[in-house]
Amino acid sequence: MAAVYMSANRPENAFSTVDLVPEWAQEEVSTGTTIMAVEFDGGVVIGADSRTTTGAYIANRVTDKLTPIHDRIFCCRSGSAADTQAVADIVTYQLGFHSIELDEPPLVQTAANLFKQTCYRYREELMAGIIVAGWDKRRGGQVYTVPMGGMIVRQPVSVGGSGSSYIYGFMDSNYKPGMTKEECLHFCTQALALAMERDGSSGGVARLAAITEEGLERRVVLGNQLPKFSNA
Amino acid sequence: MDSQIKGVSTGTTILAVTFNGGVIIGSDSRASIGGNYVSSKTINKLIQVHDRIFCCIAGSLADAQAVTKAAKFQISFHSIQMESPPLVKAAASVLKELCYNNKEELQAGFITAGWDRKKGPQVYTVALGGMLLSQPFTIGGSGSTYIYGYADAKYKPDMSREECLQFATNALALAMGRDNVSGGVAHLVVITEEGVEHVVIPGDKLPKFHDE
Repeated sequence: MAAVYMSANRPENAFSTVDLVPEWAQEEVSTGTTIMAVEFDGGVVIGADSRTTTGAYIANRVTDKLTPIHDRIFCCRSGSAADTQAVADIVTYQLGFHSIELDEPPLVQTAANLFKQTCYRYREELMAGIIVAGWDKRRGGQVYTVPMGGMIVRQPVSVGGSGSSYIYGFMDSNYKPGMTKEECLHFCTQALALAMERDGSSGGVARLAAITEEGLERRVVLGNQLPKFSNA
Repeated sequence: MDSQIKGVSTGTTILAVTFNGGVIIGSDSRASIGGNYVSSKTINKLIQVHDRIFCCIAGSLADAQAVTKAAKFQISFHSIQMESPPLVKAAASVLKELCYNNKEELQAGFITAGWDRKKGPQVYTVALGGMLLSQPFTIGGSGSTYIYGYADAKYKPDMSREECLQFATNALALAMGRDNVSGGVAHLVVITEEGVEHVVIPGDKLPKFHDE
């Protein structure tokens, strides 16, 4: 009786799997997200939210979107979770190999260009927006953005992901060149909190990392510790 | 979303903010066709619907002009019947009725702001489908996406007139800097019990930010 009712009302779905698997499990896993990176004198600060969604379901609410590519080079991933993981794995391998051949730590620009090569070559198949950031001896802290399509540009501050639209204004008005590491961390925390508040695909905790010559410092700001900007 | 509007659209940035004693309503001045051609660099999107009530328009320019024309008539008729200045809520309600009852055909959103004797300065937003909402401040149009973070961070209730003017100007400048279908000059109208003051800030006098 139930089967007759369903196929009578949805004839086009008579033989589909739509009733066997819930709707949220049919959507692609995406890191609808907010990611950002800021250069400062001596290094970079990177940040991301922690939400991974499949449609309306949050598949992972504590995702780590800040992926190490090398000792002092990280990438922030946005777009399709599968695509970005695959590309990051490819680049990690290529960069590691290159670094061993060179017998010295790789340049951030090299890592960024490797991302660009893959993202551009497979631009039709991929849905990946990546921010590459890190520290090297030649140019210090650098941020390179490789958005969907495969372009590359170096910027002192960059935001990405679905939540980034909401914080362009905040970023433009609050970023000042010559900030210290702590100021950069504070700026990133605020920007991420604002984006997570407005973007349905961003949320959870705010993950931050500061990369300098000395090393890596990771921080997590839990939901209840995020700055609040409520009005009305 | 604005690129799906046929004809001239106000891909735009509009906002309205209450402050201590009044309300500021503001917008950019660009009208474009399909996001490729700027059909007007100096269009005024702040329409006066009564002495102390303004509304600003976003979406299809034709729809918005038709609706505001009808609303202006209905509000002034209502005001004459009641023998007193209309409430801001009444004006917003008129717009809402028009938008809701014609929701299939129309593609326009409005922000209504003004001052009345009963509740003082108020801001109402009428969204695309005809929802009516009262807020202390609101932003709208395609350019508003980019300033949600800025507005959330910087708005404080009970600002002074100068602080509010600075907030609105900065917000418009930031949105115009990032949205390619917003631009031109910044139009701002300050509405208080005393009267209405129109401020126009040309593009080169707008605040500049770190990368400009």
